[in-house]
Amino acid sequence: MTAVGEAPERAPGERVRSLVRPDRVHGSLYTDPTIFAQELEHIWYTTWVYVGHVSEIPQPKDYVRKSIGPQQVIMTRDREGEVHLVLNRCAHRGNLVCEAPSGNSGSFRCPYHGWTFSNTGELLGAPFNKGYGGKEGLKELGNLARVPRVAIHRGFVFGSLAEDGPSLAEHLGPAADRLDQLARLSPEGEVELTAGFVQHEVNANWKMLVENETDGYHPQFVHSSIFSISGSSIGDLYSDKSTAVTRALGGGHSENDLSPEFRRLGVPMGWAGTLESKIPDYVASMRETYGPQTGDEIMINGSPHIMIFPNLFVAEIQLFQIQPLAVDRTIQHVTAIQFKGAPDLNRRLVTQCVGSVGPAGMLLADDAEMYERNQRGVAQLQPEWLDLRRGLHRESTDDDGFTIGTATDEISMRSMWKHYLTLMAPQGGAA
Amino acid sequence: MTAAAQSVIDGTPAPVGEKPGAVDGPIGHLEVEQFLYREARLADTHELDAWEALWTDDAVYHVPVDDSWDPRTHMSIIFDNRGRIATRIKQLHTGRRHAQRPPSRLVRIVSNIEIVGTEGTDTVVSSVVQVIESRERDTRTWAGRVTHKLRRVDGGLAMAYKKVVLVDSDRPLLSLSFLI
Repeated sequence: MTAVGEAPERAPGERVRSLVRPDRVHGSLYTDPTIFAQELEHIWYTTWVYVGHVSEIPQPKDYVRKSIGPQQVIMTRDREGEVHLVLNRCAHRGNLVCEAPSGNSGSFRCPYHGWTFSNTGELLGAPFNKGYGGKEGLKELGNLARVPRVAIHRGFVFGSLAEDGPSLAEHLGPAADRLDQLARLSPEGEVELTAGFVQHEVNANWKMLVENETDGYHPQFVHSSIFSISGSSIGDLYSDKSTAVTRALGGGHSENDLSPEFRRLGVPMGWAGTLESKIPDYVASMRETYGPQTGDEIMINGSPHIMIFPNLFVAEIQLFQIQPLAVDRTIQHVTAIQFKGAPDLNRRLVTQCVGSVGPAGMLLADDAEMYERNQRGVAQLQPEWLDLRRGLHRESTDDDGFTIGTATDEISMRSMWKHYLTLMAPQGGAA
Repeated sequence: MTAAAQSVIDGTPAPVGEKPGAVDGPIGHLEVEQFLYREARLADTHELDAWEALWTDDAVYHVPVDDSWDPRTHMSIIFDNRGRIATRIKQLHTGRRHAQRPPSRLVRIVSNIEIVGTEGTDTVVSSVVQVIESRERDTRTWAGRVTHKLRRVDGGLAMAYKKVVLVDSDRPLLSLSFLI
């Protein structure tokens, strides 16, 4: 049925398109609750979103509460070891069926009226079933909603609330290689997220965080306090003299590729700010697993610094999961990355990570301060637009065909917004 | 209650023959209370060096996410050794710790002070704290249960350990950039 004056199909399209330009974006993209609602629909409830890691549910029947934006998701492992994502909402009256943050159980029993569901979402029973016409009647009742598409790369579990769409491999593109690079830093080839999460909340729009993650322009200013007193060389990686590059990977993903600097340094584990003499067991295991030459290359090149759109940020030694809750409210779930078979390295990573991130972190509390001031700042009426042009005149293409710029160029922001438009304002042909 | 335990709590001299656990005389309740109030005031008023001077050389400053986690293998909100406490203070001194620019306006109440035992030469003290923090962002309340380990050093008291278990430690927290 069509009627004159009916709302256009994918409503946000034209308006959002007018707010995103190649060299600037409009402030209302960060402050307008209507746009936030549209982002939930067209981004968070459509595209692939990082949910959790298989190491958080190692045993059959393990479960852990996770999220896809504001949606509460339970990540479960069934008896056969398969990973499932179900929404935390009883099919009866909508109660949360799972209260504990994590645990081991093959089923979830709603505390309200006792409806019980398997950890794959199937209704197992409802008390006093005569009220539903007996056992046969139960078949008419609903199950827990399942996240329709679940896919795993290197143990990283992604979910999409859309029935159809690009595959996870298509969504990740070259970002998948960076997760492989990360896993190779384990002598057993596996990342483990076993250190628990800190939840750091900010009163800011989620895109402030996504854009900052691979913004190489800010560290010298936002983090100068800690660089100046700790003798850290991180600041130098993000300067005009650095050989590091910012790279747009497509799909809204981007990275600060610091490996040219790490290779110039040529020291195994230099990227982690440590020395091989301090983690001899790890270094020996790596050389044994990969051979001395490849092992050293892996340990010199280091870990990626990549923002996988829309919510997974791997920053060398730590992992952030970004969860938007409202237009001006976002939670960062952060943990120290742990590598299977590397207990000596893992302890150092926890120590370093705890010093840097979270509400009291010597780096992240200052980033959070910037996000929040930015959110208050863009509420001012003028000059309306945020400038994205840094490095636009010196963009180039690398051997693999990716757009690159220097460490401080705003390549990643421009590429994120380009992808944002493809989701929020798809062009050409009817959907 | 033994006389020795009594002396630990109220500072009355221990009877001859009973060792109250401290090397240079017992640490009494009044002295503990005065120490905690002083620490609270120095933190509230950002007297950073005086606050830092309260720590022993082997200090540990811990704000856990989950008090049952081993902080060596799990995330914490703060898990500082003495060196990192010094770094934290130095960072604040730079004037470029943006999350504390301007410094939070703080008032904290320390209460429910109990001497709960001894560990070697340290006296273990339990208390609760409620902090009102005002920033441009908002005004909010932080609350937690605190454990101090106090030690007699050069005739005065110093803290070897402080742990603050926030009531909302494992929930989403806005930045906590002042000295809790």
